[in-house]
Amino acid sequence: MSDLFYDAAPNATRIAPPRPQPRKYPDKKPTHVYLFGTCVIDIMFPDAGFDAIRLLEREGITVHYPQEQGCCGQPAYSSGYIEQAKEVAKAQIALFENDWPVVIPSGSCAGMMRLHYKELFHDEPEVLAKVNALSERIYELGEFLLYVSKIQLKDQGQKTKIALHTSCAARREMNTHLHVRQLLDQLENVERIDHDHESECCGFGGTFSVKMADISGAMVLDKTKALKDTGVDQVVSADCGCLMNINGSLEKQNESLRGQHLATFLWLRTGGTHHE
Amino acid sequence: MSKTEQPRIPVLDALSQHFKENAHMALRNKQLRHNMRTAMDSLITKRLVSMPDENERESLRELGNHVRARALSKLPELLEKLEANLTKRGVQVHWAETTEEANQIIFDIAKRRQAKLFIKGKSMVSEELNMNHFLKKQGIEALESDMGEYIIQLDYERPSHIIMPAIHKNAKQVGHLFENKLQTPYTDDVDTLIQTGRKVLRNKFFEADIGISGVNFAVAETGSLFLVENEGNGRMSTTVPPVHIAITGIEKVVENLRDTVPLVSLLTRSALGQAITTYVNLISGPRKANELDGPEEVHLVLLDNGRTQAFADAQLRQTLNCIRCGACMNHCPVYTRIGGQAYGTVYPGPIGKIISPHLMGLDKTEDLPIASTLCGACGEVCPVKIPIPELLRRLRKEDVRPPEEPLHYVKGQGARFSRKERTMWNIWKSMNTKPNLYRKFSYLATRLRFMTPNILAWSQNHSKAKPASYTLHELAKKHLGDKK
Ligand code: SF4
Repeated sequence: MSDLFYDAAPNATRIAPPRPQPRKYPDKKPTHVYLFGTCVIDIMFPDAGFDAIRLLEREGITVHYPQEQGCCGQPAYSSGYIEQAKEVAKAQIALFENDWPVVIPSGSCAGMMRLHYKELFHDEPEVLAKVNALSERIYELGEFLLYVSKIQLKDQGQKTKIALHTSCAARREMNTHLHVRQLLDQLENVERIDHDHESECCGFGGTFSVKMADISGAMVLDKTKALKDTGVDQVVSADCGCLMNINGSLEKQNESLRGQHLATFLWLRTGGTHHE
Repeated sequence: MSKTEQPRIPVLDALSQHFKENAHMALRNKQLRHNMRTAMDSLITKRLVSMPDENERESLRELGNHVRARALSKLPELLEKLEANLTKRGVQVHWAETTEEANQIIFDIAKRRQAKLFIKGKSMVSEELNMNHFLKKQGIEALESDMGEYIIQLDYERPSHIIMPAIHKNAKQVGHLFENKLQTPYTDDVDTLIQTGRKVLRNKFFEADIGISGVNFAVAETGSLFLVENEGNGRMSTTVPPVHIAITGIEKVVENLRDTVPLVSLLTRSALGQAITTYVNLISGPRKANELDGPEEVHLVLLDNGRTQAFADAQLRQTLNCIRCGACMNHCPVYTRIGGQAYGTVYPGPIGKIISPHLMGLDKTEDLPIASTLCGACGEVCPVKIPIPELLRRLRKEDVRPPEEPLHYVKGQGARFSRKERTMWNIWKSMNTKPNLYRKFSYLATRLRFMTPNILAWSQNHSKAKPASYTLHELAKKHLGDKK
């Protein structure tokens, strides 16, 4: 590329991280996968995780859910507590021994495990080797369904209008924001409406929403306003952090509009049911 | 609407310790919110239109990163070369470690020339020096000639953007300001306003004893100072007064003239969506004996002010790649909502959050690294590919570093250190490394969901966050059994 313009110095130190590149997907559908459920889903949105399991099973895939899993380590990593994040990350890295894909129903936790673990262990060659291998096996749920499992969705629901919210990590780290659109576009009766400032952050940012509550509040109000302005029946997102933020704000405003996790939305639209 | 209705940040003495209060005030200013959003949206669009081909844009950014990283990798050598070549051309080079030193150097030149009036082009480094204020105390007037800076100066404010200092004001507000301060009839016609400002400034270029400018790139190989601008005031203030003083941070040096080609293209497109600015100035020394115009003396002040501290660490050094285009601000959802003055620093927005701790110390800027959702919009647009979110995470680490750990590179580190917070993270760590403990915790959190503590800051904007009534661990176990 650069020779087009210029011969950049041969020994220039290039430190900026590469942009997410379109990745190569395996040709064959795997028979086994791991599900990494994430801590937010585990405690706040367990149905989303369970619906992900059922969607994968319906694809003829055996799902493994290591009971020892916890958090991916991102909260500590983002807050500057690197040593704590490392310990927690190591505990997760040890869980996925077999060579199966690890499917994660969250762009932000997938981004953490696929990209940031490398940074976290850049000075521990032994762990790094494991991390690099693991990183290749990490898939965000939507990405996995579309490109690895090559899912064909049959819509069995009524006509509906939805707006999609993609997390910043899905958009800027995992590069999976378009995959979710493609998945939803397989559904005949679902009309997807774009909203104003769609690529803008919803203001969650983990502890940011508590530490800088004022600014975060202004952001989520703008986000929910843009979503309400679309007049849709429902919001769909593949990230539960954003959902917690957006739904919490909508509820506080006494609005009836809500966001639902992608897995749940897909499961219910394609004939799946929920009975507890 | 009367101007006093909107809350106003006390910008002249604001320090970033007040970031939260300033932000709070800014958020309540509806006019500001509206002005910022409209302006940023338009700048975002202009940038994209000026670089429509994604692949080309990305290769150019890659190249920008290479050029800057290479220059920084040889910084000491290039600075020496720059000094030698500038000196050969008759430019007097001065080194300043601190802002005080820089001000003193400038004052000494002024004294020798018995200067009473400075006319300035835009220079963010002179803002770092708080130069106008310093000179005023010595009885010297420094008049801003960039239209945005001029407006800000009239209203006793600090710039809210590094490219467009008055971006937070709309034409009506400027109309009222001119009406009050210049006693001109009120108008909100932008052209008329600009003409009014120009009329005031025009004569000052001839009256001024010293012209001040910034520098976009200092070219080591040729000893030239590269300066882009749109209003012509930069050219006037560097050529009309008998003395020209350029001020720059030491990181602005590039190896050779060819290096400036991709950088200037990135700079103007990222900043204003322009392929090139109206004026491109290459300054290479004072007037020679046979020349008709130009200043008698040219000086360059090279300022450190914390930059070598950033330079000392390979990761943090990337901060110095910055070519001050402002694109990171234009795309930042936090900046868009609070405006630049709330930061209480010379450089606001994402770049401000990573450079200000080096210039002022983390103890004076402790809130800046945490004032971000790490959404990544800044890193995505930065023309020289500074990984701003990564650097924010690094500074957060320095922010909470315990005092007993050996010192690193950032002045004032450990400013947000709290034993309590550290303990909480250690508990969190135990929970997530001991699966049994984690399962007990999540079981209790879901079963005792009615007891979930109310986090006040959260409930300002949200309904209370309640866990579900069971965990995914349980659902999965019931469904999948014990298989590994
Ligand atoms: S950090 Fe990057 S985007 Fe921001 S002002 Fe500097 S060069 Fe421009």
